[in-house]
Amino acid sequence: MAQTGRPLSPHLQVYKWQVQMVSSILHRVTGILNAVGSLIIVWGLASIAAGPEAFGTFTSVAGSPFGTVVMVGWTLNFFYHLCNGIRHLVQDTGAGYAIESFVRSSWLSIVGAIVLTALVWGYVLLGAQA
Amino acid sequence: MNKDLRNPLARARGLGSAKEGVSHWMLQRVTALGLIFLTLWFVVTVVSLAHADFGTARATLAKPWNAVLLIALIITMFRHAVLGLQVVIEDYVHTRWLEVASLVVIKFIAVLATLTGVLAVLRVALGS
Repeated sequence: MAQTGRPLSPHLQVYKWQVQMVSSILHRVTGILNAVGSLIIVWGLASIAAGPEAFGTFTSVAGSPFGTVVMVGWTLNFFYHLCNGIRHLVQDTGAGYAIESFVRSSWLSIVGAIVLTALVWGYVLLGAQA
Repeated sequence: MNKDLRNPLARARGLGSAKEGVSHWMLQRVTALGLIFLTLWFVVTVVSLAHADFGTARATLAKPWNAVLLIALIITMFRHAVLGLQVVIEDYVHTRWLEVASLVVIKFIAVLATLTGVLAVLRVALGS
């Protein structure tokens, strides 16, 4: 960087915590993790094409305690990126930039992701018992 | 530093824009819109198969509409992923060779994964 001697922009720690900071960086983090998750989808599809044995390996790994934690985390990760992605698409039209609605929609993405994850896993786990 | 003694504005003037900036931005959003529908359909399908055996999973995959939507999902998903990862790499990787190498590597991985996924769906859908 050029040494201009001008003041630099304030470092992060001088800012008061705001939900918009979190929703913004989470969109990138969850996007990167979803890219990794997409490889799991390919693995699953390839295992179905390969036959019952490969599929059995895939489901036993996915259904193991560690695999289940990954799946639940991935679900939350995916739904956050989905909710916040829709929020960004709405904002791309120029809507929702007033501070109040910007903050509200940030929370909506976070809460929406948690609710949708709970719905999906509630359904899956109830189905396992039935 | 600037070796040719011209100021940066003089070098940039008249070159115009690269004229490609909008297509990246637009494709990121069009694929996002498509993925809203494709991923929701995918989640519903996978959840309905959560406790299914191999035969059921394979038969579901083999249905023509499911195969079509899955292939659409795979292609759209990896296209969207590369566009997004590209922006993240360009923003945070400041070592030029590492930046270029990362950009090439994610594209190679995305193409291979896309082809692997599409081939898997086709093998099942065409019954071989």
